[in-house]
Amino acid sequence: MPTKIRDGAHALIECLQQHNVEFIFGYPGGANMPIFDALLDSPIKLILVRHEQGATHMADGYAKSTGRAGVVLVTSGPGATNTITGIMTAHMDSVPLVVICGQTITPNLGLDAFQEADVSGISYPVVKHSYLVRDVQDIPRIMKEAFYLAETGRPGPVLIDVPKDIAVATFEPDYNVEMQLPGYKIPTHGDSAKIARAADFLNKAKRPLLLIGHGALISDAGKAIRILAEKMNIPVTNTLLGKGAFPENHRLSVGMLGMHGTAYANFAVKDCDLIMSIGSRWDDRIIGKPEVFCENAVKIHVDIDDAEFNKVIRPDCCIQGDARHVVEELNTVISPGDTTEWIKQIDKWKKKYPLAYKKQGGLKSQFVLDELDRLTQGEAILTTDVGQHQMWAAQFCKTLYRSHWLTSGGAGTMGYGFPAAIGAQLAYPDKQVVAIVGDGGFQMTLAELSTAVLNKLPITILIINNRYLGMVRQWQALFFDNRYSGVDLEGNPDFVKLAEAYGAKGFRIKRNADVARVLTKALNYVDGPCVVDAEVEKEDNVFPMVPSGQPYSDMVLEPPKHKLAKPVGST
Amino acid sequence: MATIKQDSHSISLLVNNKPGVLIRIALVFARRGYNIDSLVVSPSHDERFSRMSITASGDMNTLEQIIKQIDKLVDVIHAKDHTGEITVEKELVLIKVQCPPETRTEILQISEHFKCQTVDIDDDTLMIQATGNTDKLDALHTMMNKYKIVEMVRTGKIIMVRGGDST
Repeated sequence: MPTKIRDGAHALIECLQQHNVEFIFGYPGGANMPIFDALLDSPIKLILVRHEQGATHMADGYAKSTGRAGVVLVTSGPGATNTITGIMTAHMDSVPLVVICGQTITPNLGLDAFQEADVSGISYPVVKHSYLVRDVQDIPRIMKEAFYLAETGRPGPVLIDVPKDIAVATFEPDYNVEMQLPGYKIPTHGDSAKIARAADFLNKAKRPLLLIGHGALISDAGKAIRILAEKMNIPVTNTLLGKGAFPENHRLSVGMLGMHGTAYANFAVKDCDLIMSIGSRWDDRIIGKPEVFCENAVKIHVDIDDAEFNKVIRPDCCIQGDARHVVEELNTVISPGDTTEWIKQIDKWKKKYPLAYKKQGGLKSQFVLDELDRLTQGEAILTTDVGQHQMWAAQFCKTLYRSHWLTSGGAGTMGYGFPAAIGAQLAYPDKQVVAIVGDGGFQMTLAELSTAVLNKLPITILIINNRYLGMVRQWQALFFDNRYSGVDLEGNPDFVKLAEAYGAKGFRIKRNADVARVLTKALNYVDGPCVVDAEVEKEDNVFPMVPSGQPYSDMVLEPPKHKLAKPVGST
Repeated sequence: MATIKQDSHSISLLVNNKPGVLIRIALVFARRGYNIDSLVVSPSHDERFSRMSITASGDMNTLEQIIKQIDKLVDVIHAKDHTGEITVEKELVLIKVQCPPETRTEILQISEHFKCQTVDIDDDTLMIQATGNTDKLDALHTMMNKYKIVEMVRTGKIIMVRGGDST
């Protein structure tokens, strides 16, 4: 319905209000000033960040924990290009973002005007879609399409570039405008014949395994998957991003698989006669060597994205559709086979090869995370950064519920964990939120301490501080003859003093005996963020490990006695 | 029906008629190291959409993936590989060839054989135009190569599915 005259900026903000946007993670600049001005007339809360990358990760944390698009507002040129890492991170992990960038005035486009960057052009490979607004009349339609595209189907980031002259141009907005997306289709129900075929495979399997990925969380397929697993008595493994779709303390759960998965999950992958992926994309981190991955097993692939089929491996049965719909339909046509022997075998592996670490000696990262798991009981939202601490957290912190595990999986973006925790804490003010970070990654986005302090967010930032870039050091130790190159983080600040300088609380853990006491204190600290600096052993390696590009049979369970061959996989 | 080289694919796309669509499509090919041999972009019968006809060579598995990734683009209405299907495929070529009096008749005879039109002529050169499938134009090119080709421009292949099915 036609309303009153608006300028582009006000219309844009009103569109955000209509989408019930609660927060904008933003940073102002010359080109987005009209939009920042319009924001003053709106109930939407601005979270003023300290760097645009932080804004995108906050929006990502908000989106991943709520399923609703996180909104970012930045200025043109460097403001916009600073979001690219965060947009790529969201794109890799199918996270809905709407990123609004100010832009120089339309007549200046392409003329190398001050703070001009072709940001929609730069964004093409890392967005679900992007817009450059050329007519103020298009704003209501574009905003509607942007949220729709970001949040539906396989979610992803959408970028909207808004030239300043468009933001100040006036028009009579029609907020009920139709979307124009003739090329956009959203699959829901899977093909019934294919589902019947999958059921037939499942009914006959003696050693089946369910592989649960992020898609299961996005489509809220957890309940249906639990019915499937329990009814058929099938063990369940999950990817790093699939944590929370199936409770990791369930008797049928074998935890995470892959490069640093549990030994029993990886043995199950190696020996299964059927593997059914629900919302995972057979990433190279879980496939090892594609040619021999589950060579003799029937492979079933459920995915909403047609482009994921036959990409890495060639499954026997591909079902395109929304994971929840497909599994719900599957549940109506399955009949349980006998998997008793298989479950017995898996329980034997669980007993024989548990996740373990030395309890004596110096402070172990694993012990700190094990204690965190014991104290939080899966009730806290955990975010992580990228590296060794991420893998240990994935192993030792059991995720029981949806949206309780936020990590950068596909992109592996250092600096993700802490800002993502800010987004999650804003979305869930009453929840315990813990950011598990390394000393390296934390320093990439720690400026957001100001943001957390200002907004009095009671986030516990747990630094697993080994004063090394531990994962790279681990590879250099295992595959590069211990030749450490560029991994020593000598010169780290005193993180407790640093926290205090920002007006946050600082704690330190030095010994095993400190862990439970200090962690409890930190978890109960609610007057804003606190930093826990856990000074762990400098050199420790993550095991089990399937070296990159190697088959599962090459899994290493403990520090090897002799030098390993250099892995053939990329990273 | 034209015989198609094993590694050459004819792909047709219906896309939004908007700036920036071509680059999004080209990026998908480039990222997988796939070279585009020819590309024709033209208006379709519906002004909202453009038609793209692309020929590209490379292995089938990669191409299957590329087409799916292109089809996923919001600006792409649909993407199809017509390799091996019964389609009408046409191309147009302009060849400017040197024609001293001693070879002029010969060139004109050949061009007549290929049903070419003579579109320009002066004292030293002759410009001929031919349409047809890629193999025919390749053959014409080979024949004309015996004389001195000054320059050649080909439009690239356009494709349409025969019968009632849509391209």
